[in-house]
Amino acid sequence: MNQNTYLCPSINMKFIYQSWWKVLTVIVIIYTLIAGLLLGVPKLPIVHETIRNTYFHVPMWMAMFTVFSISVYYSIKYLNTGKEKYDLIAVECANTGLFFFVLGLITGMLWAKYTWGEFWSNDPKQNSAAIAFLLYCAYSVLRNSIDEEQKRAKISAIYNIFAFPVMIVLIMVLPRMTDSLHPGNGGNPAFGKLDLDNRMRMVLYPAFIAWSFMGIWIASVRYRIRLIEYKKNEN
Amino acid sequence: MNQIITFDAMKLVNETWHLLKKEILLEWRSKYAFNGVLLYVVSTVFICYISFNLTPGFSGSNGYKVVWNVLFWIIMLFASVNAIAKSFMQESKSRLLYYYSIASPQAIILSKTIYNVLLMALLSILALLVYMVFFTNTLGDPLFYFLTVLLGSLSFSTVFTMISAIASKAGNNGTLMAILSFPVIIPVILVLIRLSKNAMDGIDRSLSLGNIGVLCAINAIVITTALLLFPFLWRD
Repeated sequence: MNQNTYLCPSINMKFIYQSWWKVLTVIVIIYTLIAGLLLGVPKLPIVHETIRNTYFHVPMWMAMFTVFSISVYYSIKYLNTGKEKYDLIAVECANTGLFFFVLGLITGMLWAKYTWGEFWSNDPKQNSAAIAFLLYCAYSVLRNSIDEEQKRAKISAIYNIFAFPVMIVLIMVLPRMTDSLHPGNGGNPAFGKLDLDNRMRMVLYPAFIAWSFMGIWIASVRYRIRLIEYKKNEN
Repeated sequence: MNQIITFDAMKLVNETWHLLKKEILLEWRSKYAFNGVLLYVVSTVFICYISFNLTPGFSGSNGYKVVWNVLFWIIMLFASVNAIAKSFMQESKSRLLYYYSIASPQAIILSKTIYNVLLMALLSILALLVYMVFFTNTLGDPLFYFLTVLLGSLSFSTVFTMISAIASKAGNNGTLMAILSFPVIIPVILVLIRLSKNAMDGIDRSLSLGNIGVLCAINAIVITTALLLFPFLWRD
C-alpha cells in the first residue's frame, strides 16, 4: 500500500496496480479465442471462414489505437508538467503500440494471402499502414539519437504528438479515398454494415475491449519496470 | 477581453511580418539558399537527362509520361529537404536566443514557414521550367499542373519546416531529418503525384478536388500542430 502510493504520480494510476481488470481481460480473451473459432459466422463468397480473422486482426488495431492515444495523452501531460514519469508512460505505450502494429500487419497479411492471393498486394491500406509503421519507428530512432534525458523526453513528446494525427490520416483517411481491397475502404462494404450479424458482434466487441486492456496491461508492466530502473538510477 | 485578443493577434502578425522581412533580406543579400538549391535542381535534372538518354528511344516509350511526372516530384522532394533543412540549422544558438527574447515562438515558426513557402514556390516554378526544357512533355492542363506544383511546395515547406525545427534540436544531422520527415511526406507526395498525373492527362478538374481537399487538410493539421508544439520545442 505504502509502496504503491509512493510510486503513483496520481490517484488514477492506482488502476494499473489493481488485478481485477487483468483477470477479466484474460477471461474475455480466452472467451473470444474459443467463441471466435467455434461460433457460427455468416457465409460469404471469397471470404468464407477467413471472416473469423476479424476477431483477431481488427482488435490488434483497436489495442494499438488505445495505447497510442494514451501515449499522446501522456506526452501532452509531460509537456505541461515536465514530470519524467509521464515520459516513461508515453514511451512504453508507444513501444507497446508498435508491438500491436506488427501483430496487426501480420494478421492482415496472413488473411490477405488467402483472400487476395498475396501477402503484400500493393493495397493502399497496407501501404499506408507500412508508412505509419515507419513513422513510429522514426520515433524510436529519434529517442535513441538524443542523450540528454530531459531534452530527449521533450523532443520525442513533441514528435509523438506530431505523428499521431499523421498516423490517423494515413490509416483512417487516405485508404478510404482510393480503390482498396480492404473491407470498409474504397467502396467495399465494411463487415459492420452488411455482413456482421449479431453472432459476430457478440465476439468482436468484447475482443476490442479485451485486447485494448491487454495493451494497457503490457504497457503498464513495461512502465513499472522502467520506473524501477529509473528509481535505481536516481539513487 | 476582445481588445486583448485583437492586440495579441496584431502583435503576432506584426512580429511575423518583421521576421519574414528579415529572412527575405538576409536571403536577398547572400542568395545562398536560392542559388544553391537552384543549382542543385538544375544539375539533378541534367544528370537525369543524360542518364535517361543513354537508352535510345526512351522519350517515345510507353512509360515516359509516368516517369516524367514521378521524376519531377522526386527531384523536388530532395531539393526541398536540402533547402529547408537549413532553415533552423544555420541559425546560431545566440541569435536564436535573441529572437526568442524579442518575438513570440509562434511568430518565429510562422515567419520561417512563410519564408520557406515563398522560396519553394519560386524554386518549384523555376525547376518546372528547367525540367520542361530538358524533358519535353505536353501538359493536358498546364494551369492545374502549376497549381499542383504550388500546392506541393506549400506542403513540403510546412512539413519540412516543423521537422527541421525538431531535427535541429536533436543534434543537427541530416539522417535524422530524412528519417523523421519521410514518413510524414509520403502521403503528401502520393496525393501530389496522383493530382499532377490527373492534370498532366487533362482529366476533368472536378475529379481532383477531393485530393486538393486532402492536401489542404494535411497542411492545416501540420500548421496547427507546429503552432501548438513549437513553443515547447524552442525552450532549452
